[in-house]
Amino acid sequence: MLKIIRYSFFDLIRSSWSYVYLLFYLALGFVLLFLNNDISKSVITLMNIIIVLTPLIATVFGIMYYYDSREFIELLLAQPIKRTNIFLGQYLGITISLSMSLIIGLGIPFTFYGLLNSAAIWNFSMLLITGVFLNFIFVALAYNIALYNNNKIKGFSYVILLWLFMAVIYDGIFLISLFIFKDYPLDNFSLAATMFNPIDLSRILILLKLDISALMGYTGAIFKDFFGTMQGVIISLLTLGIWIIIPALNIYRKATKKDF
Amino acid sequence: MKHHTIISLFALIFFSVGNGQTINVCKDCPISDLAIAIELAQNNDTIVVSNDITTNKPIRINKNLTLIGNEYPIMDGMNEHEILTVQTDSFTIKGFKFQNVGQSFTKDHAAIRLIKSKKFKIESNQFENVYYGIFLEKCSKGLIKNNIIKGNATVEYKSGNGIHLWHCNNITIDNNKVSNVRDGIYFEFVDHSNVINNSSHDNLRYGLHFMFSNEDRYENNIFERNGAGVAVMFSKKISMHENKFLKNWGTASYGLLLKEIYDAEITRNTFEKNTIGINAEGSNRIEYLGNNFIENGWAVKILGACFDNNFTKNNFLNNTFDVAYSGRLNNNSFENNYWGEYSGYDLDKNGIGDVPHRPVKLFSYIVNQSPESIILLRSLMIDVLNFSEKVSPIFTPTDLYDSKPLMKKAL
Repeated sequence: MLKIIRYSFFDLIRSSWSYVYLLFYLALGFVLLFLNNDISKSVITLMNIIIVLTPLIATVFGIMYYYDSREFIELLLAQPIKRTNIFLGQYLGITISLSMSLIIGLGIPFTFYGLLNSAAIWNFSMLLITGVFLNFIFVALAYNIALYNNNKIKGFSYVILLWLFMAVIYDGIFLISLFIFKDYPLDNFSLAATMFNPIDLSRILILLKLDISALMGYTGAIFKDFFGTMQGVIISLLTLGIWIIIPALNIYRKATKKDF
Repeated sequence: MKHHTIISLFALIFFSVGNGQTINVCKDCPISDLAIAIELAQNNDTIVVSNDITTNKPIRINKNLTLIGNEYPIMDGMNEHEILTVQTDSFTIKGFKFQNVGQSFTKDHAAIRLIKSKKFKIESNQFENVYYGIFLEKCSKGLIKNNIIKGNATVEYKSGNGIHLWHCNNITIDNNKVSNVRDGIYFEFVDHSNVINNSSHDNLRYGLHFMFSNEDRYENNIFERNGAGVAVMFSKKISMHENKFLKNWGTASYGLLLKEIYDAEITRNTFEKNTIGINAEGSNRIEYLGNNFIENGWAVKILGACFDNNFTKNNFLNNTFDVAYSGRLNNNSFENNYWGEYSGYDLDKNGIGDVPHRPVKLFSYIVNQSPESIILLRSLMIDVLNFSEKVSPIFTPTDLYDSKPLMKKAL
């Protein structure tokens, strides 16, 4: 499996997309810090971008890579290699390369501007951790969709739809339900609802690390009580972990059965 | 001319003699106890206390005296009682250090309590670990200057105020530092008074608190990290100029809380990093002119029953919400302000944007309706909603807009 991971990883590195992605984050980091020297401010702006863009790029990249390397996969399948090794290897190859682009691309400008001596370092690491988690989650989801759809167009549209749902539509439904049931206590409901969407979960994890949590009044206090404690952080990271494990297991299940 | 000189010379001698004698209190002096010195003193005498004298007993004064401490002699309340109770027309105290005022749930023990004084000065004293610091009852024409007051308030119900005024008028409170008490400066039924150049920080409740007080002015003060910066309630004609309201940050914190107030002027103040910059409820005929709102959660939150409030030439920069508004416009106006979020243009280059700006975002309306929805803050969904609402307002008050937004910051 390590060989496959290595192969996909270096394959991506050789293709210019990894570099483009890396350069994008590099440029973003430098421009943000150049325009706004305050690191903690930049973390907020960066959060908006990471939460929207990372999943989008991860899904599109994941599904593109699968469709592109389909023939290669078929070639590998003819060899005496375990199927799970092939698919999980490729999955890990993509996510690791994407995550490295993210970490290096943002890490360099921020260290350059004195992150290590700044109080924002924990917020920033939280940002990177959630970014990596989002990469893992959305590549896994994209791979699932790819395995179920041989039709590229269909696969692409599902992936875009998935992103749209998680980033926008889910929150819309959430908002509407908050409105409809506003006469009821909604704290636990909203806590649970955030758990079901990795984008929301990452957003709130980061928001509560920043001091805008005071804006959230009573609701914020409840959320802070939950997410602010070590236990809450662990639970939400575990939830993000579950978001990786379930699609990954499904890749495994589907890959062993799929008829090529 | 000569007569004049002689008369004025006489006057000088007369007054300086009439002002009485000076009594020194120190360890090696004939009098080494402040209480005895006060008993011996006549009206208009001056008592100078050296710093090797510590007074542990409560002291009562009912003569017109001047008390001067040399290098901060200590007056100690032993965590039991009030320290100095003064009931006289004219009184001056300067250079003492008061500490350990007793806490009580039935009496408002203070370091200095001044009753019915008509002319007084409380200057350059230090107060540490006080319950109430300076407590004025029915006083007038006085000056409280250069004092440093520190309490150790932990919970509201068992703590007192730094400078507490009740039924007073014509008082000036200048250049004091008040911290760690319940309310830094508290006004109840206080008229025609000035609060200038003070710093009030880390207090449990308010930095400065007005109740039923009219025609007062506060200027150039700094209110930092209090439960709420300043609360102005049930008062008329208060002018607030050039104050700084900083970092009043927390789930129920305000920079400035306005409740049932009329005819106020709020000009050139700075509100920075407060959860809510100004929270106005039942406030009428108020001019907001040239204030800076920087990095607040809500810069201005206007609740019900506010009429004739005018916002002119204010700067709104980097606030999460610039304006939150409930109810109808009610004759309030926003004009000629600078909005950091303004995205319009100025074709004729006259410094005024050609497109009106709507400061109330849909999301701030939504949060007003259902507070839980604040957890969707900074979600992409919300940005989309805000944008579509901005293009064609449906929920937010349609007539609430700045028709002449400034293109550059107002000075």
